Amino acid sequence: MILYFLTLVLFVMGVYCLIAKKNIIKKIIGLTITDYAINLFIIIIGYRAKGIAPIMFKNMTIQELAEYGVDPLPQALVLTSIVIGLGVLSLMTSICLRLYEKYKTFDMSEINRLKG
Amino acid sequence: MVETFLFVLLIFMIVGSIIAIETKNLLSSVISCGIVGAAVSIAFLMLGAPDIAITQVVVEILILVILIRATITIDNTAIEAHWDTFAVVSSLIFFGLFLVFAFLAVQELPPFGQPLMRVSKEYLQTGLQKTGAANVVAAIILDFRGYDTLGEATVIFVSILGSFVILRRRGRKRRTEADTEKVGILSEAEIREDYGDLRE
Amino acid sequence: MATKPELISSENPKGMTPVVKTVVRFAMGIVFMFGWYIIIYGHLTPGGGFAGGTILACGYVLLTLAFGKEVALAKMSDRAASIIDNSCAFLFVAVPLVGMAFGYFFLNFPPHGKPFDLVSAGVIPLYNILIGLKVTSSLFAIFLALSIFGRFVSKLVEEAEEEE
Repeated sequence: MILYFLTLVLFVMGVYCLIAKKNIIKKIIGLTITDYAINLFIIIIGYRAKGIAPIMFKNMTIQELAEYGVDPLPQALVLTSIVIGLGVLSLMTSICLRLYEKYKTFDMSEINRLKG
Repeated sequence: MVETFLFVLLIFMIVGSIIAIETKNLLSSVISCGIVGAAVSIAFLMLGAPDIAITQVVVEILILVILIRATITIDNTAIEAHWDTFAVVSSLIFFGLFLVFAFLAVQELPPFGQPLMRVSKEYLQTGLQKTGAANVVAAIILDFRGYDTLGEATVIFVSILGSFVILRRRGRKRRTEADTEKVGILSEAEIREDYGDLRE
Repeated sequence: MATKPELISSENPKGMTPVVKTVVRFAMGIVFMFGWYIIIYGHLTPGGGFAGGTILACGYVLLTLAFGKEVALAKMSDRAASIIDNSCAFLFVAVPLVGMAFGYFFLNFPPHGKPFDLVSAGVIPLYNILIGLKVTSSLFAIFLALSIFGRFVSKLVEEAEEEE
């Protein structure tokens, strides 16, 4: 239980950084931390006590794998989610570069003030 | 054993993310974010997910390189604190409520170490016979749930396309034939030619 | 593709210091070999297309950072990267459509072979190679666009401000 709760605390800190900080790069870092927290939460739910990785080796039987292997389904979902996170981060970074080129600053409040 | 190790590692991650959020210098903020990512990778390794641990540690390095190379080398000035009281107070109240309800909701989840595994037991038992792949995770992402991977490939394709469109030269130029040429990388002379009006 | 020897020599003034260049020359082959190993053995050992593709992209990023952009562009130009990206995305739709001729979409149609062999598991190794190439080319292209393009624009902005 306490592990789930600590992962949610990490998630909340990422969202706090996303809302309350003014620097755009800080906001990107906050979104990255949120991403880590969600991935870790999904993997922790699928862990089985004294589990092994869900990969067959030659000297193993299928019964052993089905008895001791951890849940492979969250791992498959998270594996794609990590690479998507990198793509989204690059998209956000390119938007930041365009904003910097237009306003010459990374400060969110300055950008708001210059609007209109 | 694993539970204690993960507890210590999660405390370490929370401290690292506090430093990453609250420090003034952007470079140390990005490096602290990298430390959190490395700790996440170690946690994946302890939780029996070596595929994800490999991917996470490499993606972490790429995030660090992209953030430092593309943004911090341009502008590393610390932004002086505009203390936005409304945003801070309202977000703190909201997150307090969120954590209370999360603490109640977490009690209903299956306890740590005993997952449900209704579908996954089937995958573990029949994965090798049905697909022939020894790595059950590869069997799931490429055979049982191939649509998921197809959607992921589409998402990364669209995000790369989007950033190329955003990063290319500004529109409405005098020379229209340059639009059909390559989009991303320009030589310095070409950019000088295009951004010459920047000095006016 | 062969690289010109004067570009990767330590006397080339572009890029980082000679210490970094010497170490990168030794480490490069190991990085690329490890990436291809992760991709090709993805259905037998931990790894797969996503992990191996990001490792290969990291290798190209390392070349760019150490030697400057000419060496990395000689190995994989931005045009080649976009062509590889698009064709792998197309093939990743086309190969499941071939499976439609045998039954349904995403059918694992070739014979599965003996378990634990390198050539086994039907189309899964092929999918791994396609995804690995796609992730490599797209991440390298986005790194080139972000770093080189962004830096030039910022330099020009600074010069324009100085002139004012």
